[in-house]
Amino acid sequence: MLELRRVTAGYGHFTALWDVTLRVEAGEAVAVVGPNGSGKTTLMRVISGLVAARTGELVFESASLAGRKAHEIVSHGIAHVPEGRRIFPLLTVADNLKMGAFQPRARKGFAESLVRVYDLFPVLRERQKQRAGSLSGGEQQMLAIGRALMSRPKLILLDEPSMGLAPVMVLRLFDLIRRVREEGYTILVVEQNVRQVLKLVDRAYLLEVGRIRMEGRAAELSEQDFVRKAYVGL
Amino acid sequence: MSLGRVAGAALLALLALGPFLPMGGMGQYLLHVMIQIFVWSFIGGAWSLMGRFGLVSLGHGAFLGLGAYTVTLLWNFYSLTPWIGGVAAAVFTVLVAAVVAYPCSRFQVVGHYFALVTLAVGEVVRLLIIAERNWTGGSLGLSLRPAIGDSLLAMQFADKRVFYYASLVLWLVGLWIWYRVDRSMARAAMEAIGEDETAAASVGIHVTRFKMGITMLSAGLTAVGGVAYAQYISYVNPDTLAGIGVSLRIVFAVVLGGMYSLLGPTVGTALTIALGEYLRVLFGLRFIGMAETIYGLLLILFIIFLPSGIYGSLRDVVARLARPARLASGLR
Amino acid sequence: MIDPIFLVEAAVNGVLLGGVLALLALGLNLIFGVVDIVWIAYVDLVMVCMYLVYFLVMVYGWPLWLAGALSVALGALLGLGVHLLIITPILGKAPVNQLLATGGLLFFLQSFATFLWTTDHKTVRLALPILEVGGMFLSFTRLIAFVISLVAMLGLWVFLRRTYIGTAIRAVSQDREAMALMGANPQRVYLVTSAVGGAMAGLAGALLIIQYSVHPFFGAAFGPLTFMICVLGGLGNMVGAFVASFIMSEIISIGGVVISTEMGYVIAFIVFIVMMFARPGGILARRG
Repeated sequence: MLELRRVTAGYGHFTALWDVTLRVEAGEAVAVVGPNGSGKTTLMRVISGLVAARTGELVFESASLAGRKAHEIVSHGIAHVPEGRRIFPLLTVADNLKMGAFQPRARKGFAESLVRVYDLFPVLRERQKQRAGSLSGGEQQMLAIGRALMSRPKLILLDEPSMGLAPVMVLRLFDLIRRVREEGYTILVVEQNVRQVLKLVDRAYLLEVGRIRMEGRAAELSEQDFVRKAYVGL
Repeated sequence: MSLGRVAGAALLALLALGPFLPMGGMGQYLLHVMIQIFVWSFIGGAWSLMGRFGLVSLGHGAFLGLGAYTVTLLWNFYSLTPWIGGVAAAVFTVLVAAVVAYPCSRFQVVGHYFALVTLAVGEVVRLLIIAERNWTGGSLGLSLRPAIGDSLLAMQFADKRVFYYASLVLWLVGLWIWYRVDRSMARAAMEAIGEDETAAASVGIHVTRFKMGITMLSAGLTAVGGVAYAQYISYVNPDTLAGIGVSLRIVFAVVLGGMYSLLGPTVGTALTIALGEYLRVLFGLRFIGMAETIYGLLLILFIIFLPSGIYGSLRDVVARLARPARLASGLR
Repeated sequence: MIDPIFLVEAAVNGVLLGGVLALLALGLNLIFGVVDIVWIAYVDLVMVCMYLVYFLVMVYGWPLWLAGALSVALGALLGLGVHLLIITPILGKAPVNQLLATGGLLFFLQSFATFLWTTDHKTVRLALPILEVGGMFLSFTRLIAFVISLVAMLGLWVFLRRTYIGTAIRAVSQDREAMALMGANPQRVYLVTSAVGGAMAGLAGALLIIQYSVHPFFGAAFGPLTFMICVLGGLGNMVGAFVASFIMSEIISIGGVVISTEMGYVIAFIVFIVMMFARPGGILARRG
């Protein structure tokens, strides 16, 4: 479904990704793990169009995404849940979800999408008139994912969903992500919490200093000694 | 001696001899224009000391006005010689700048906010001058009380050539100060501050002190420029010296010429003054306002199409032309 | 001592003035908050619309309400034009360049107006009565302008809160990038915002020409004041701008009666500078 071939990207003089090649098949859940500063967020931003790739190819469902702006890529069916959630703090929960369905394709199925999101995250239905900024971290993360679902995507990009959340909340969150996956969405998640995320996904890539160092089935990777020792926990 | 040095020396010689070159009947007018260019370039350079570090002030008219009015009022009412009055004006202006700069630096008022605060200060000064019309003359302005004949003490001279040389020296002093700041530790500190204040503070750079220092220096120099202007024109007016109009013109000239280079403000000022004069001569009294209209239009176009200024763009072009030559020589 | 009735009258006039100032401030704030660029020439756009209404009503004999409607339309068009021609090329450039682009527009508009219409003051005289309420004299014209301003601001509030595009505009002002991830083309949102801001300038123009006279340098009088109100209320904060408008207008009005017109403005500006230091984020600062 999604394929990156030899993508290089960065900011100004700084190159954050070197020669990155990865793929995500329809229906899969794939993770990209790695330490801080390895370029995981840049990777997400390249796919969603916030950062332009300097070289390489970016293909989604046989269509090239090269040079496309962020708001165009959404209409192709990719939803990006950014690092730090980035919900609209002064808008209500309901309005945040409304914004998720901004583009015409999503607006048509708005009512149906909303029901689906509220079923997955009942707490959002409870708090729909509340200012999004007053929600707890975990609730905000749910809102951010719900908002992405409102755009009726095929592929969901999750950037560090567990960041800043208490361990109990992290477990609940990953359960919810599992449920989202079961609804049929393809997922690409970037995470520092290696242990938890490997339990969730089919395959994973290891990104270090901008390069893919390893890839394989999640079960195999979690066996790797140095992965366990170096990146365990937090 | 490099080409640049030779050209510079030649230009300086030309300027020094200026008043004695045969100019036909245009002599006095050209001297007048050159004096304007020198003084406003000096002022532009003073502004750029702040502008180049991200402290974009839209209120330098305040410092100009404070400098000009202080020296004029001290002379008119107390017969205080402008040599002392000018210093007093500069000191007063620096104090005002300190009062404004301190909270701005402490509370991290930067960018658009800072521009608008300075705009407010400029307006406050202008309105205060107009409000206190009993002794400032209000919107009608104030004339410098004439001294009897030429007077060094009163800094008033009938011969424009004296002002020409004085303003030439002033301009050169301004360049020297710019150069010294550029080479100083302060420059590195200010650039760090401009890029990331918190990071700069964390390595021990005393952010407030540097920002205040550069603001006070800029304000003081601008005030001196105001003093020079007042002494030459012998007339001060709140709208020509303290409003947003004059503040914008200064900023335009500097950005047009190039904010980050020594001669940028001079190039920009010379061009904008020359342009202004050309347009004024072209339209004369026939289409009042048309000259300024075209001026405004050209400024918009320049900003859109030449964002790094004329000097900056020229330097880029020259650098790009020089590069292939160097490359070729290296591969031999 | 001043007769208290003059103070109350000044206070009431302050409120009436505040209404129209709020209209200006909200329009400017809207654009400021979304596009993140200062339109230094905003009030000069108002000036152009004021001239339009003047000519339509005084020279061509149009009814005021129709001229006002056209003024709103012109304002919206001007807003679009400014964004397309001047703002779009400088998006993302250095702030000083952005300030100068609209600064150049200021010069252009003021001089062009001087060229076209000279520096004579022009005003639209309405034969509306002066009301006497409890010993105070209030201009009916001012009252009508105030009411219309309030209605317009209410309309704006409804637009921003209840409509889809209005909510999108608010969202962009809170997080531009996140909104792009929702599929919103930032340029389209900017254009709508600029048109609405321009329309408000057009309406303000129609309401101001019946109270004040227009001349090419009208922007120099009301411009700085409008900016300060926006910043005082907190950038992008509509409620803040609304409140700040009345604070400033009260200071100006009462100060004007107690001391002098200019000092009223001076005090208001000094209050602004002091507030900038006390609460740099604006008096109702919510966003850090």
